[in-house]
Amino acid sequence: MEIHEYQAKAILADYGVAIPEGGLAYSPEQATYRASEIGGEQWVVKAQIHSGARGQAGGIKLCGDEREVWEAADDLLGKRLVTNQTGERGRGVYRLYVEAAVSAVSEIYLGYVLDRSAERVMVVASAEGGMAIEEIAARDPAAVVRVNVEPAVGLQAFEAREIAFAVGLDASLVPQAVQMMTGCYRIFGELDATMLEINPLAVTADGRLVALDAKMTFDDNALFRHQDVSELRDKSQEDPRERTAVDRGLSYVGLEGNIGCIINGAGLAMATMDMIKHAGGEPANFLDIGGGASPERVLKAFRLVLSDENVEAVLVNIFAGINRCDWVAEGVVQALQQLDPSVPVVVRLSGTNVAEGRRILADAQVGVITADSLAEAGTRAVAATERSAA
Amino acid sequence: MSIILDETTPVLVQGITGRIATFHTTEMREYGTNVVGGVTPGRGGDTHCGVPVFDTMKQAVTATEATASVVFVPPPFAADAIMEAADAGIEYCVCITEGIPVQDMIKVKRYQRRYQHASRMCLIGPNCAGVISPGRAMMGIMPPHIYERGPVGIVSRSGTLGYEAASQLKAVGIGVSTSVGIGGDPINGSSFLDHLKRFEADGQTEAIVMIGEIGGLQEAQAAQYARDHMHKPVVGYIAGLTAPKGRTMGHAGAIVSTAGESAAEKVQLMRECGVKIVKLPSDFGTTVPKVLRR
Repeated sequence: MEIHEYQAKAILADYGVAIPEGGLAYSPEQATYRASEIGGEQWVVKAQIHSGARGQAGGIKLCGDEREVWEAADDLLGKRLVTNQTGERGRGVYRLYVEAAVSAVSEIYLGYVLDRSAERVMVVASAEGGMAIEEIAARDPAAVVRVNVEPAVGLQAFEAREIAFAVGLDASLVPQAVQMMTGCYRIFGELDATMLEINPLAVTADGRLVALDAKMTFDDNALFRHQDVSELRDKSQEDPRERTAVDRGLSYVGLEGNIGCIINGAGLAMATMDMIKHAGGEPANFLDIGGGASPERVLKAFRLVLSDENVEAVLVNIFAGINRCDWVAEGVVQALQQLDPSVPVVVRLSGTNVAEGRRILADAQVGVITADSLAEAGTRAVAATERSAA
Repeated sequence: MSIILDETTPVLVQGITGRIATFHTTEMREYGTNVVGGVTPGRGGDTHCGVPVFDTMKQAVTATEATASVVFVPPPFAADAIMEAADAGIEYCVCITEGIPVQDMIKVKRYQRRYQHASRMCLIGPNCAGVISPGRAMMGIMPPHIYERGPVGIVSRSGTLGYEAASQLKAVGIGVSTSVGIGGDPINGSSFLDHLKRFEADGQTEAIVMIGEIGGLQEAQAAQYARDHMHKPVVGYIAGLTAPKGRTMGHAGAIVSTAGESAAEKVQLMRECGVKIVKLPSDFGTTVPKVLRR
């Protein structure tokens, strides 16, 4: 689960990381009020969307007076911001964060990620903050410091000191750096974060370390033990189709193609998408209906897939282990009878209770195109879109 | 022989009294698995699915001399169950549970390191379909009728793609020695490499099918091992050529976040290491016969 910058900063502050003074605004009036509350001479008005690279997309505006704050807020609110991470549709701006502008003498990159190979949390840092870490690493791999943390004891002060000196911090800043780095590590462990990034971390003229931007993601599988983190979910930032899927317990990723996919198992779902592509088509989505799928769940999956206007054919591909082909077939029949889709439906069933499943489909005479193998499923789905386009 | 499991292996079911565990315990026993008991804290002394239930893994292992276990415990408690199995001296633990928090798996992996490498429990999964040695025994949730006994070892992240491969092989008259699902999570108990080593040493196995997907670097490590240390042919497939970067594709671990994690990069590296590539998931049945020396 992703959260907004202002939410991430509130968590950082709780764990002893310095942040600029700031406040949330839902309107230009609130934004100017926040600016006057904060005081000072310069403010940053920042669009709160679930994406990085907001600066290049015009989502972050530096303002010198309250009128500029009002105008920046008026311009950003309600806009859909397209960054290099959001896809074409972008993300809607419904919340703004107004912050005191902080001038930095230098900028550091500090990140925490899961190192899958080491099976540990890795701290990543660089003296060249402000850029994406991939860019820094590509330009100069030596400019990136990496430390794997021993999970039994957590990030130690000496490790934090080594990182601080490696990114060129002045000795006078090192105690602050140690405190904040160990604080961030505790966030990672205690709140089940999967990514935490402070970029940039500013060194100010008066000798402070301040988090100017912050990004955090959390482990969906651990939300059950973090009520407070779950409450930070902002559904307005999610793809509407994916939001519906999550709320119905289906695993769905929206794509740009025209063949809707209803499949069991993540691996088979990806493989089926690859088959479609190979046969000359484009998948409209990734969808895993999971194990033990009831006819109702299959019906829900059809509703979801057909809600995508780009869909010109639906491919159901099931290799039943803990699933049952007869249940899936009943779901397909119900979907065709109740939803009466205007697009062709290709069904491939295999595995548990396959004979019964095929008989149910044949008896119902609902006009599905059947396929016996994975290869046939791919080619028939692509052929079906060509027919429905003709 | 097979690897990991045969009809003599004494197996415990952790969380045996749950609904899903009950169903699969029955299936496993019907298939011939030597299920000797189960564990559900607070239900010790009961009999369930025809086998005794214990309160703790230590009690169960002492009473039954089980060497393997299969975990059907819900995600919030699954890591604890795995560590309990390790502490009780289990050799092979298969965890079916999907949705274990990453931090819990970091803890599990750290906990396992308190045992010397030679005596360390082998964890298979989590979030996997399990292990089957066709015609002998199974610890998992797969449909056993799609497997034929034979010379091919399968190791797969995905459950359903493992089924797809096994049934395509069966259709062309080729059987399987053992099929191992290593699971779709970002941190898993054992890797492709761990099981390639076992298959290389197994007398029944003549060739290995390795089924990977986007995310992580385990396929690459396994391919390098195959090139440097193996004599048996390895056939490989990677799912997710069309998967967009930065998106989680169903499995928590199926996400391309850094270099080397995309399907195209993995296929390239595996090919360079001499792994025979299955280009399409419909081609297992046509590719494997080419590497089997008949």
